[in-house]
Amino acid sequence: MTVAIQVADLIKSFKRGNRALRGVSLQVEAGEMVALIGASGSGKSTLLRHVSGLLLSDRGAGSVQVLGQPVQQQGALAANVRHVRKDVGVIFQQFNLVNRLSVLTNVLVGLLGQIPAWRGCLGLFSQEEKRRAMRALARVGIAEAARQRASTLSGGQQQRAAIARALVQEAKVILADEPIASLDPASSRRVMDILSRINREDGITVLVSLHQVDYARRYCPRTVALKDGEVVYDGPSEALTPNLLKDLYGADLTEEMLEGTKGTGRTPPRASTGPVQVSTELAVAAASG
Amino acid sequence: MADQSALHKTRDPLQEIKLPPVDYSRKAYSFLIWGVLAALLIWGWAPVEMHKAVSLVTDAQNMASYASGFLQPNFHNWPLFIEEMILTVQIAVWGTVLAVVLAVPFGILSSENMAPFWIVQPVRRLMDAFRAINELVFAMLFVVAVGLGPFAGVMALFIHTTGILAKLFSEAVEAIDPRPVEGIRATGGGKIHEIVFGVIPQVVPLWVSFSLYRFESNLRSATVLGLVGAGGIGQILWEYIRGFYYAETAAVIIIIVVTVSLLDILSQRLRRMLI
Repeated sequence: MTVAIQVADLIKSFKRGNRALRGVSLQVEAGEMVALIGASGSGKSTLLRHVSGLLLSDRGAGSVQVLGQPVQQQGALAANVRHVRKDVGVIFQQFNLVNRLSVLTNVLVGLLGQIPAWRGCLGLFSQEEKRRAMRALARVGIAEAARQRASTLSGGQQQRAAIARALVQEAKVILADEPIASLDPASSRRVMDILSRINREDGITVLVSLHQVDYARRYCPRTVALKDGEVVYDGPSEALTPNLLKDLYGADLTEEMLEGTKGTGRTPPRASTGPVQVSTELAVAAASG
Repeated sequence: MADQSALHKTRDPLQEIKLPPVDYSRKAYSFLIWGVLAALLIWGWAPVEMHKAVSLVTDAQNMASYASGFLQPNFHNWPLFIEEMILTVQIAVWGTVLAVVLAVPFGILSSENMAPFWIVQPVRRLMDAFRAINELVFAMLFVVAVGLGPFAGVMALFIHTTGILAKLFSEAVEAIDPRPVEGIRATGGGKIHEIVFGVIPQVVPLWVSFSLYRFESNLRSATVLGLVGAGGIGQILWEYIRGFYYAETAAVIIIIVVTVSLLDILSQRLRRMLI
């Protein structure tokens, strides 16, 4: 098996001195689907942004290689990083589509790394390239929305368009940064189903950061858990029992990360005094109605 | 019910709550600002001859007889007026379009989130210079350089407007959402791709709005370019005013007002269509 992602001894400090990553090492084989879990602020996003080369590590601290090619080394971006990026699709929590462009154009953007630069600048895509984009949209189930502006789509549909962009790009590695954190449960499952399907059918390596352990257990055979910028667990997702999580994160955080196991997905309202809860909801309904 | 009992417990401290202390330094500061403004106005009173304001009332008779000359506008020469007005609009269109074309690269190059500071600063200073010089001054310079006529007017509007639009465009670019741009960078797009697909779609509504507004302003400016011989309806206007032809002056002014209003309505429509 070949190595898809190789992260070695990554250290990242932000201003004000807090360390987001404290020597993270990680190896992902080609074709794996790996979940990256951890509470908010544990360094999941920071790690993924380092792998895609959108963030640079501290000087002289660690390196990232994707598909055997360097992305960054000792805090400096590799010279041919655009070459590596062609093979890496990135899915963001906020989708990062261009709102005013059509869904089809947003997907065609995935081709920019492959076609001559002048053609990309003028937005001249061939019929075949457009068909490729439409096929990708059909695979994620939103071909009928191709002509609409991206902003008119629901969150779940926008995220699927972002996946279609990665498919058109013919990415060999997909990095998904909390892809379902701003979606409702049904859309979340749909997006995770699609990610898991392209992992199986196309052999695309997927590294996905998740807030909820439940989704990691259901979709990813392997889980890497981060806490305060350090890898605290790396192994089969099945072994992630509530007890183990409690050991890793303490009772409070574990409760937060296990939410959603009852099928609601979203953070349910904290158990509080019943009557007060009802009155707030009525007030909101009155205000909006 | 639970929170009501909580209220009971905290009643006493709430009764004795203190007002926040008065911020005297802030008060003094605001007095100072008003004082400076008042001093500026008093300082300028005599130099700008504000005492003459009384003559607006005492010489009302004179004013009225002067104004009555305008009450019978004389349109006998209307084909010339219309022809010159159209030329004025054409000057404004050319000046604005050339400026928009140049303001796009200059605007992007003077945005801090797009270019390094050693490019941003020189470009911004150049745009400052374009902006600092009034179009009428540019018109006089170009009349000397390229001769009397509308081309000098086009060049004057073009340079001055480039400076203004580049600044407005760059402000729009600096306020974009960086996330879509990141999305394009992550797919392996280059810097130009980021601008074409990530930046420009986000700023187009504002850019269109700014450009149309500048077109309206340029039309107004173009009506006075004729004063210095740079073509358009200003030239006849100037001659009529100098010759005390009140009736014809009034006719020209009416034509200008009507044209400016019409194009104003038109550009409003356009803006709504494009955004």
